[in-house]
Amino acid sequence: MIDLSVNLPGLKLKNPIMPASGCFGFGREYSQFYDLSKLGAVIMKAATGSKRFGNETPRVAETASGMLNAIGLQNPGVEKIVEKEVPFLKQYHIPIIANVAGSTIEEYEQVVTTLNHSQDIAAIELNISCPNVKEGGVQFGLDPAMASKVTERVKKLSNVPVYVKMSPNVSNITEMAVAIEAAGADGLSMINTLTGMQIHLPSKKPILSNKTGGLSGPAIKPVAIRMIYEVKKHVTIPIIGMGGIQTAEDVLEFLLAGADAVAIGTANFQNPFVCSEIIDELPNILNKYQFTSVQEATGGAHQ
Amino acid sequence: MIKKEILKVMSVKEIATDSYEMSLENEYISTHAVPGQFLHLSIPGHTLRRPISIASCNQMDKVVKVLFKTIGTGTKELSGYQSGEQLDGLGPIGHGFPIEDLKPNDSVLLIGGGIGIPPIYFLATALKERGIKLQFILGFQSKDFVFYEKEFNMLGETYIVTNDGSYGHRGLVTDLIPNVSSFDRYYACGPLPMLKAVKKTLAHKKGYISFEERMGCGVGACFACVLKTNDGIGYKKICQDGPVFAADEVII
Repeated sequence: MIDLSVNLPGLKLKNPIMPASGCFGFGREYSQFYDLSKLGAVIMKAATGSKRFGNETPRVAETASGMLNAIGLQNPGVEKIVEKEVPFLKQYHIPIIANVAGSTIEEYEQVVTTLNHSQDIAAIELNISCPNVKEGGVQFGLDPAMASKVTERVKKLSNVPVYVKMSPNVSNITEMAVAIEAAGADGLSMINTLTGMQIHLPSKKPILSNKTGGLSGPAIKPVAIRMIYEVKKHVTIPIIGMGGIQTAEDVLEFLLAGADAVAIGTANFQNPFVCSEIIDELPNILNKYQFTSVQEATGGAHQ
Repeated sequence: MIKKEILKVMSVKEIATDSYEMSLENEYISTHAVPGQFLHLSIPGHTLRRPISIASCNQMDKVVKVLFKTIGTGTKELSGYQSGEQLDGLGPIGHGFPIEDLKPNDSVLLIGGGIGIPPIYFLATALKERGIKLQFILGFQSKDFVFYEKEFNMLGETYIVTNDGSYGHRGLVTDLIPNVSSFDRYYACGPLPMLKAVKKTLAHKKGYISFEERMGCGVGACFACVLKTNDGIGYKKICQDGPVFAADEVII
């Protein structure tokens, strides 16, 4: 019997698999394909202080082994999310993680204050790494001092543990991770997308209306693995790993690099059943590589 | 309900320059799809599925036909499929063209542009069965891109326009609107500039428009394909709420 369970601050996970923020909406669409109660947890699409429309279209473009997106944090605003979406997800009895975004520290605080009114949020994923909004967002994720500041302020307010979602678009990921841990974060979530661009030859212009977008999918997996591996050596807080996971083998690779649990994003678009299928397959893969539990595999590449 | 289905390729035919007709066998989709809906096809080696509208369904033979244009590597690979090979498709997706309230002998104008024409054909066959009078304005880049002219002629009066005048009338689909007989409503599908012009020209008429956009998930989760609206919510998702909308429902 393979033990898939993982215990992290605020998160009692029966398995380490959760859909990544922004790739799963608020779960409704994927609930038509399988029973969401099977998931380890769910990370909701980002919440901002008020509703946002996001960027003009086109918002996505395919790349070699991946895709670019520039949705621009479209969401109905935190109040609507607490009122309409959280109750929907609650029926599945899995931990609900709220992804929190903002243009200013005050907006992050406003979102967290509203989330505090809900009893059903298990943890916050503090999004300081969205590359697709004109102000705020990633600027907090590129500078260790700013990342510390927003982490501290949010930690002070939040009723639940805070996982900081990190940007890979930095020259020193370890320095960022260490600063965020020192600021009191309960965990790290890494990595968000890498900033990229694709030019449309017929029009000779960038395909995305936002011009740049976030690169995701299997193309970024080696970057994620490398960053998690480096960061794991320097922090003790848990890591939720993500970046191009498509299979249970990929999950094991993230665990070995140092992730305690993982999130799956882009692969949901290719296969709406991917999270469910990986949960079924993970015990076989752990067994194949002589592990009896997920926890045993975490950090295995460092030994 | 959207299902993830395996579709068996029966045939792939080039019906005009860069334009292919693919017949796919699948019982669930052929019995459930309605005009305006689409398939989200997975092409091995590609991260994103390709949204392709349905051009016809034959419930007896369990065959779904899709028409597509080879624009990039994904659609090029799709055109290379051989009969007997299988495709993974999500479908049928979206809300189709509303036709329930039409009565026999009502008159309808259908406007299609380029690769927006296939769903118009599926719609036309359904309307014909209900005894609706049909007129068509179909726009193509040039003569070599014209397809399904004979098929449309069998269903109603058909006007063909090409941008360069190499076939039919020269100009835009909207140039032909004054030439058609009176009609009760219109349906349109095609490139966005065409749809904008049609909506403006026919502002006084009831109409339904089907939109295309680069899509991510195809099921409403990723918010890649949105249109702005004037309602309190501010947006509609093309894949999930559309792809067909009443012309006055969305801002284009």
